[in-house]
Amino acid sequence: MTEVKQKRSLTNKSKEEIAGHIFILPYALAFLAFITIPVIMGMFLSLTYFNLLEAPRFIFLSNYVTLFTADDVFMQQVIPNTIQFAFFVGPIGYMLGFFLAWLLAQVPHRARTILALVIYSPSMTAGVAMSVMWRIIFSGDEAGYLNAVLIQMSVIQEPIQWLTNPDYLMPVMIIVTLWSSMGIGFLAMLAGVLNINQELYEAAAIDGMSNKLQEIFYITIPSMKPQMLFGAVMSLVATFNAGSIGVQLSGQNPTPQNAGQLIVTHIDDYGFIRFDMGYAAAISVVLLIMVLIFNYAAHKLFGERD
Amino acid sequence: MANYQGTKINPKNYHKSQIKFFLILVPMAIFMALPILYIFSTAFKPINELFAWPPQFIVHEPTMKNFINLFNQPSTTGVPMTRYLFNSIVVAIIVVFASIFVSSLAGYALSKLKFKLKKTLLTLNNVAIIFVGASVVIPRYLIIENLGLVDNFLVHILPGLAIPVGLFLIKQFIDQIPNELIEAAKIDGASEIDIYFNIILPLIKPALATIAIVSFQGVWNNTEISTIYIHNESLKTFAFYMSTLTTQANAVAGQGMAAAGSLVMFIPNLVIFIFLQKNVMDTMAHSGMK
Repeated sequence: MTEVKQKRSLTNKSKEEIAGHIFILPYALAFLAFITIPVIMGMFLSLTYFNLLEAPRFIFLSNYVTLFTADDVFMQQVIPNTIQFAFFVGPIGYMLGFFLAWLLAQVPHRARTILALVIYSPSMTAGVAMSVMWRIIFSGDEAGYLNAVLIQMSVIQEPIQWLTNPDYLMPVMIIVTLWSSMGIGFLAMLAGVLNINQELYEAAAIDGMSNKLQEIFYITIPSMKPQMLFGAVMSLVATFNAGSIGVQLSGQNPTPQNAGQLIVTHIDDYGFIRFDMGYAAAISVVLLIMVLIFNYAAHKLFGERD
Repeated sequence: MANYQGTKINPKNYHKSQIKFFLILVPMAIFMALPILYIFSTAFKPINELFAWPPQFIVHEPTMKNFINLFNQPSTTGVPMTRYLFNSIVVAIIVVFASIFVSSLAGYALSKLKFKLKKTLLTLNNVAIIFVGASVVIPRYLIIENLGLVDNFLVHILPGLAIPVGLFLIKQFIDQIPNELIEAAKIDGASEIDIYFNIILPLIKPALATIAIVSFQGVWNNTEISTIYIHNESLKTFAFYMSTLTTQANAVAGQGMAAAGSLVMFIPNLVIFIFLQKNVMDTMAHSGMK
């Protein structure tokens, strides 16, 4: 009897093993082909000189040396731009998302649904559809909507070249990206705040908690750490994926005087305009490492320590 | 502060203590909505209103002319706009259903089945959530070229199948399904595939709806694939066509058409989300990362 049972459970196990592998196969293939292998290949290419015409020539770390010592645009503009852009879109956008989610959780259901939809909706328009419209709104002549409004209100006398003047391009990029950044990370945080047990707040009020700020730090955030982490990761992804917004808005790569040049646009510049694939790959590796570091930091901050 | 009541989450009714929240939320929502309302208005403006100075926010005599122009304008490449739109719709439908199928199958395996590669795949996928697509365009290009996918319709579909965040959300959702349910079905003689179709799929509809939205947004707004991998104009998508309008649309007259095009891009996203939003919120409740 026991032998038979054991046999059956064994075959069940191997069946499960086979089923598991088959079920995962289609996803794993796509994942391997379009994510894993490209990353590994990118690391390899970053050690070569490659212009698509000749076979890659191995040059060891020389791309990285050039990147950090001889690429003035990279060190003096791309990196500072990326840090500035990432700071506003990343942490500031993230805190804004949490704050809005927290506010929304405290209004009745119907109002919340409508307001959340309105705040979320810009994130659906990501990319091309909106950059067409932003270019009309921020258009540099006086027919541009923003210029016309400001001139009428006598805030400015002359139309401002929002998208081609290096002084204005970066702020416009940040505003546009923030505007469209309340995506699924924001929705996750909203769900997180809504799912916190009401009794926690009641108990804390009895125990003498006396203001909302205390509540946020002692109850709200600790009770929704997993969603906070998910939101942080999503805003990390959004920040670095929005890299080409400057090119979309100004219509030029490189952007005017490199004012809106971010790491992602720097990659495109070298990869698809100058065809220096090895060098572009080296910049990509630096970008991936940066993202991994931020990801690690987010997990340290909100992850469960065990 | 004895009468401090503590935060009221998800209040049933309106109360005047909520005014302070509305005072921040409503202006914020207006700021978010303005650009979208502006597109709506611009899309229906007749030519004289597009040229009017100062530009008016609200359209006075709405017309469908911009949409008619958008649909009829012979593009510089000789491919009619409807062809781009048709391609986009076909691609979106295939990718949405295929990615739902592929990631729910994988999600079930990663959540409930025991097999050797499970741990590795799970870890890899969780790291890949932060993956920035733009950082691997070059090696990706080489792979797609070697797979013979350049100028192939499949290039719109295959790269859209693996969405790490989609798999993560679906797996989290399946984790909530009690194991007893699956074991009971097994005792009744159900195979893994029966369990997937008859137990898992019906229970994870909210997560499927969420993946549908995520993958739809990814593919519907995508211009990169048409720009980089497709040279044959008749295989490109509407999002790409829109991006060519950007460069032409600097003249005021083009604004109306660009706005109409933006609406065509935006409305499907909005409608799908409105229909599925409850499901999304259910899924997001399980979105936590550890």
